Amino acid sequence: MYHWIPFWPDTAAVNAVVVNNLYIAELGLSAVIMVTVLAMMLTYCVRYRSNGTASRGHRLERTWHFEIAWTVATLGVFLIVFVWGAQVYAWLYEPPPADEEVYVVGKQWMWKVEHPGGQREIDALHVPVGKTIRVVMGSEDVIHSFFIPAFRVKHDVVPGTLETVWFKADKTGVFRLECTQFCGLQHATMQGEIDVMSGADYARWLTSQGVHESLAEQGADLFRAHGCSGCHGQNSTVHAPSLTGLYGTMVHLQDGSVRLADEAYLRDCILNPRSFTVAGFPPVMPDFAGQLGEDEVIKLIAYIKSLGSKQESLR
Amino acid sequence: MSTTTFEGMPATEPRAATEPSYLTSENTIASWLFTRDHKRIALMFFASVTFFFFVGGTAATLMRLNLATPQGLLQPAVYNRMFTMHGIIMVWFFLIPSIPTTFGNFFIPMMIGARDLAFPRVNLLSWYVFNLSGLVVLFALVMGGADTGWTFYTPLSTVYADGYVFAAAIAVFINGFSSIMTALNFIVTIHRMRAPGMTWMRLPLFVWGIYTVSVVMLTATPVLAMDTFLLAFERFTGIGPFSVQHGGDPILWQHMFWFYSHPAVYIMILPAMGVVSELIPCYARRPIFGYTGMAIALMSLAILTFFVWAHHMFVAGISVYSAILFSLMTFFVAVPSAIKVFNWTVSLHKGRIIFDAPMLYALGFVLLFTLGGVTGLMLATLAVDVDLHGTYFVIAHFHYIMVGATVSAFFGALHYWWPKMTGRLYPEMWARSAAILMYVGFNMTFFPQFVLGYLGMPRRSYTYPVEWQSWNVLSSAGASILAIAYLLPLLYLGWSIFFGRKAGPNPWGATGLEWATPSPPPTHNFGDTPIVTLGPYSYDPENDTFIDQEGVSHAR
Repeated sequence: MYHWIPFWPDTAAVNAVVVNNLYIAELGLSAVIMVTVLAMMLTYCVRYRSNGTASRGHRLERTWHFEIAWTVATLGVFLIVFVWGAQVYAWLYEPPPADEEVYVVGKQWMWKVEHPGGQREIDALHVPVGKTIRVVMGSEDVIHSFFIPAFRVKHDVVPGTLETVWFKADKTGVFRLECTQFCGLQHATMQGEIDVMSGADYARWLTSQGVHESLAEQGADLFRAHGCSGCHGQNSTVHAPSLTGLYGTMVHLQDGSVRLADEAYLRDCILNPRSFTVAGFPPVMPDFAGQLGEDEVIKLIAYIKSLGSKQESLR
Repeated sequence: MSTTTFEGMPATEPRAATEPSYLTSENTIASWLFTRDHKRIALMFFASVTFFFFVGGTAATLMRLNLATPQGLLQPAVYNRMFTMHGIIMVWFFLIPSIPTTFGNFFIPMMIGARDLAFPRVNLLSWYVFNLSGLVVLFALVMGGADTGWTFYTPLSTVYADGYVFAAAIAVFINGFSSIMTALNFIVTIHRMRAPGMTWMRLPLFVWGIYTVSVVMLTATPVLAMDTFLLAFERFTGIGPFSVQHGGDPILWQHMFWFYSHPAVYIMILPAMGVVSELIPCYARRPIFGYTGMAIALMSLAILTFFVWAHHMFVAGISVYSAILFSLMTFFVAVPSAIKVFNWTVSLHKGRIIFDAPMLYALGFVLLFTLGGVTGLMLATLAVDVDLHGTYFVIAHFHYIMVGATVSAFFGALHYWWPKMTGRLYPEMWARSAAILMYVGFNMTFFPQFVLGYLGMPRRSYTYPVEWQSWNVLSSAGASILAIAYLLPLLYLGWSIFFGRKAGPNPWGATGLEWATPSPPPTHNFGDTPIVTLGPYSYDPENDTFIDQEGVSHAR
């Protein structure tokens, strides 16, 4: 829509189109403000230069009318832009029901991608066009920021939690993936490619990766290896919360708070269970902080999610 | 029309002229190092901040040199340390102290009719503390520098970065005490030492600017002390509130850091606004438009600035609701800013405008500040910030405010008050050329960065894809022009100290009390305490006259 504008960046997702409109409106508003100030300044500078002959009588001195009018006008315009921006922001950061999910781990200095089918990539992300993709992101070390300029999508990846963004590409092609939070020596090269493919190409790509185990199956192996199944397994006699159908429900905790069982919650519970004891259960689970890497946590989460959820998908 | 009286002191032939000036009253080195004269301390601060300006500028030059080609010239580690040290030095060792410690120190007492600041010894101590922190930061720089960015984001700064992060954090910690001492001094001085008749609504707007900035410094800087202390502590001991492994939260650092560092942006711009509010009436030869509104706008900026810090964190994972609140507060900041731009512009209406160098800097300030302001609005808009955050767009935006606006005002102030400080006039044509060159060079350096930012170039990158090279070359070329424009004043102002024409007490026909003293002023500024009965900008463009401080109307 805006391709005729010189130096306009790629626009390749529904997210980007919405942000484009707002950006153009603000560029227009900025231009109006700049031109007004510049025109006033130049006019006065020429007209009232020191050897100019224009009359200096009857200066504007009663100021309140002008100031209040100017203030109310600017405030009104600014508030419109504010509401518009806030609306789009809430929409950008509230993931709709997803067609596909993908897990991303940032570490110095690469993006590691894991598809639910078990396909893995580094500094590359293959996605189908026209599908809503939900990206669950974690960091192994410092704060990174996941940015796809052509989609206008960005979110910091902060260690100690999982973050979620979404996008829906509407154009096939290869686009840039960047890290926009300074993350150490090779920050500048922590970049990759987003490869947006047609559905058929994407399906072909998935099967050509030579994968034997899905992410959830790998998670199931870890679930047994780390002894989780001893308490949370189907036949366990230990009084531990059942994980079947947990994902997407609201969980009541011992301290009285209620949390949505999303990826970030599952991560917290695995690593620091004492801080998130479920109401009615003894705080007996050992914590796994420091024992599991981010990618292992993601596999366990994929497994727990595979045990079914109350909702078909998280909002 | 003549209502101001300035008892017993004809301005054309001040009685104090027979006294030696503050520069020549004593000539030993000790008389400078142990001086309690606010004017000498101001010059010492001027020397310190100018030194750091050129240190920070050298780092910037190396960065732009590196970015002229995608391959670059510097090692990645060197580039990362250069932008970190550029940020730390420019923010804490130039921009924050620059206008308050030099022009504030020199002219606040003179503009309110006082003989010195309230606490002259604290003022001197502030200079020593500033230089102590400067030595620590130079130590960090010479040993190899830090590589975290000036924002010290955790856990990069606490665990992962090598380099002298601890020393850099301690330097910032010590530097804060200098800020606090200077701010406290100004607040007490402005409250307690105004000349008879100098009511709050007769204060020159520069005094208002320094007053508001002092309030912000005094209230915000202790938070910076806590931040940097905790950071240094965590880096040193491994225990701390910002570490996930120990139950802390890296986002807490960002909250604490920006709770100081957003107000810090206003610490940089409020004094600059004060300067421009002095320059425009003087060179437009008319009273400022909407004095009361200007003073109220300064105060409301100083208050609002404490409630917008999380707009630096819209993509960091704060809740959508707090993001919306902080965005709204940020839009409110735009209102007093818009009032100020409007009033400066209308202050030209029916003036009798003289385009001397300080006025060129002031007009440049207004335009650059406006462009920095409207791009600030774009960044305050949540959805657009998601796209632009962390890119060169942000770099361009805050350089328009902090360099385009503040440094223009610094140079404007330097030229405007140079005859008063040194007793010499500078060559006007050279000064005008430098001002115009600075404006051209600045826009050429930083405007391309808006485009680069929207195309998606991340900040703090030592390399970039080859298709962005033309914009980067343009920016680097602009930076070389800018460097010349910054060096030029050093040459001709230095020349003027020895060879410049002698300045009279009031070469610009300005109305402030500082112009009622000889140039350069005697140690005690005023022979008798002046009595004020008139507001600050009693210029009359209709007859091209101004009313001086004895109440006599003068042709310019």
